[in-house]
Amino acid sequence: MTQPTQDIELAAEEAERASAPAAGIEPVLEAKGLSQGQIVRKRFFGHTGAMVGLVAFVLIFLLAFSASGIGPIPGWWKYSFTDVSSLVNDGAPTVTGPFSWGEHPFGQDRIGRDLFAMTMRGTEQSIMIMFIIGLLAGLIGVVIGSLSGYFRGWVEAVLMRLTDVIIIVPLLLLAAVLGQIAANKGAGTFLGYIANNFGVALLGILIGCAAWPSLARVVRGEFLSLREREFVDAARISGASNTRIIFKHILPNAVGVVIVNVTLLMSSAILLETALSYLGVGVHPPDTSLGLLISQNQQAFSTRPWLFWFPGLFIILICLSINFIGDGLRDAFDPRQKKFNSKKAKDSRATAAKPAAETAGA
Amino acid sequence: MVTYIVRRLITAVLILLGASFVVYILTAASGDPLQEYRGSNLPNVADLIKARTQLLDLDTPAPLRYFKWLAGAGGCLIPFAGSCDLGKNLAGQPVTAALGQAMTQTLGLVTAAIILAVLVGVFLGIITALRQYSALDYGVTFMAFLFFSLPIFWVAVLLKEYGAIDFNNFLRDPQIPLLTALTIGLVVAVLAWIISGGAVKRRAVSAAAAFVVVTAVLLYLSVTNWFRSPGLGPVVILIAGAAIAFGVTLLSAGLKNRKALYSALITVGLGIIAYYSVQGLLDQATPLMIVLLAIATVLVGAAVGYFMGGYDRGQNMRAGGITAFLIGVLIVADKYMQNWPDYFNNGRVRGRPIATIGAATPNLNGDYWVSGLDAFTHLILPTVALVLISLASYTRFTRSSMLEIMNMDYIRTARAKGLSERTVVMRHAFRNALIPIATVVAFDIGGLIGGAVITETVFAIPGMGVLFFDGISHVDPNPVMGVFIVTAITAMVFNLIADLVYSALDPRVRVKS
Repeated sequence: MTQPTQDIELAAEEAERASAPAAGIEPVLEAKGLSQGQIVRKRFFGHTGAMVGLVAFVLIFLLAFSASGIGPIPGWWKYSFTDVSSLVNDGAPTVTGPFSWGEHPFGQDRIGRDLFAMTMRGTEQSIMIMFIIGLLAGLIGVVIGSLSGYFRGWVEAVLMRLTDVIIIVPLLLLAAVLGQIAANKGAGTFLGYIANNFGVALLGILIGCAAWPSLARVVRGEFLSLREREFVDAARISGASNTRIIFKHILPNAVGVVIVNVTLLMSSAILLETALSYLGVGVHPPDTSLGLLISQNQQAFSTRPWLFWFPGLFIILICLSINFIGDGLRDAFDPRQKKFNSKKAKDSRATAAKPAAETAGA
Repeated sequence: MVTYIVRRLITAVLILLGASFVVYILTAASGDPLQEYRGSNLPNVADLIKARTQLLDLDTPAPLRYFKWLAGAGGCLIPFAGSCDLGKNLAGQPVTAALGQAMTQTLGLVTAAIILAVLVGVFLGIITALRQYSALDYGVTFMAFLFFSLPIFWVAVLLKEYGAIDFNNFLRDPQIPLLTALTIGLVVAVLAWIISGGAVKRRAVSAAAAFVVVTAVLLYLSVTNWFRSPGLGPVVILIAGAAIAFGVTLLSAGLKNRKALYSALITVGLGIIAYYSVQGLLDQATPLMIVLLAIATVLVGAAVGYFMGGYDRGQNMRAGGITAFLIGVLIVADKYMQNWPDYFNNGRVRGRPIATIGAATPNLNGDYWVSGLDAFTHLILPTVALVLISLASYTRFTRSSMLEIMNMDYIRTARAKGLSERTVVMRHAFRNALIPIATVVAFDIGGLIGGAVITETVFAIPGMGVLFFDGISHVDPNPVMGVFIVTAITAMVFNLIADLVYSALDPRVRVKS
């Protein structure tokens, strides 16, 4: 670890807690000699919800990307999302078990396109946009937050006013305007070039440029408190440059907050993207996305409900697993985490009260 | 304090100017407003293009157009001058008129949703914090995550299918088969088992009681055709009122405070008398009259508490006032139910009351009660959708806030003094947990108004969402700017309120002036 002082502090805190456990607060038993990273990893892998979420997300990710292929590499599924084939069993889903998928496992739409292929393509698009938004918004948010938190003064004033300007526009409204720009890209311009060559990436990039303010605020707050700590003073006195202090000393300590918030940002990004596509300002046909599939097929709910169920199920699964991962990360990164148990608190009160009552009775 | 508010307001105006400039430029750059005429071969296409160019002032570059728009919008700052001009939309209608109509729709929807979400969310959060790591806690936590991950447009379609279409089909012949009643009773029994907590015997008793009561009530409702002509009647109001009196007293003063309990019970008695005496008056109800009656009801309840005397009049008055208000709600609900058959058989409704789209039945001529029911049946599904989505964050937030407070030293002190668990939770923990919640709610209101546009689009409510997306899809900046200005100002005002409320509630936090 780069900051021995903090480890010592933590160790001292742990020792204090272990020696005098308060009522209902379970002492956090951790073997000595683990680095902060190891502790975090151990906590994260011990979090059932996060593990289930992680496994589910990896499975969905692999299924979607391998089935529909990445860019020029074709996937293993026999239909593409644009192929039209004759209706089998009036388009009803043919899946009957985990290994007997049949011809069209998720069914077909009215004109005979394979819903499995479309859903996988949509999942791929949604996950891709989610990662672009998460990475881009994370990057911008961290840069702006750390600069304004570390340098204070006019840098902070300018950057935070910029943040205020963007955060005051509801993200959905701003994203809708940006989605419309991405859709009506002018031919020949730079935006048009990205849109023609990278498809939906433009949508992700534009929304990523609008989704960072909340993260920047959080990072700034973290930097404001960390820059006053003793280890930063020590580094400064020993002659470290600003860059070194930011990257080597403060950022590693703020990484927990950043990772957790980026994860939560990504889970809201996937809902944002599907909502935009549903409203017609996100991904446009002939390409497809989970939100677009629902929007195209909601009128058919009474006749072909599967067209509605499967895309929605995948949105929920992705978002739910990311939320659980984020929750596990938050628990793992929170060093002050205490497990308060009100039942134990009551029990210890009861056992403490009993002898007192007995002596009073005697 | 005043300096602080003035400074915040000045910053807010500057931020608003910057943000509105950005949104205007982006909207203007998002496409070509003449797109639909470009490929058209109408004979008068040149005239159409000319007319639209003139209407939207397209010959002026977008940044200059923004300042023209700003000059018009500046007129809105002068109250009652009528000089407010937010431009016109593509159809030539002034945005201010359209916006005024849309705002009432959106605000009505969002207000109802946020009140319900906060009440239910805070309640669930506290229960789960007190029963941490129980089956209830895990269940609610999972539900919170699930609701948090639901796309609202997906929920809305499901609600339309099952909440409106299927429920209307059920109302055509409202019979609950014995098997269904038993199943619902069983589900409620399982829920009661999970919620009640404590020893196995206590859980079993509450589960069995819930099963018997729910099944019997469902069968009774089915046999008496209650869903067609619902109503509470004085007997149900009396029983429910007594239960409310005990519940309110238990939470607000503790059952040991007999004076508080008696004032709540006396209030229930007065409520039953009022039930008979105000029926005639309620027939000519207006919204204003209902508000005045509500205030009078609370005052009567508080007066009962005051005249009961005792060592703590405040507690009596609180118990009496809250009970009186809830009894009033029951009486009004009963009145609405009495008018249900009128609404149900109305020629415009034709026996399918729960609506899937729109905000009101067109050309429905009814009195206060019938039009109230009409608004209710139209708003219930969008409200449920919004509540489900925003419920999760309140539950999680209340839970963590409450857990943090239950770990505080002053809670240990309160317990050490020998205070009852009720006093510790309701007086010492709950009130302090409300402080951060109050600020989160205030911050959320702005976001919820922005987020309601999806719900409005799905349910075809002519609110700000429709205005906004019409503007976006036709590259028409004026309606977009109108919606944006309203949401941005609301968000800013509530952010300011959040900060002020925080410093008012928590004396340790003082605003810098």
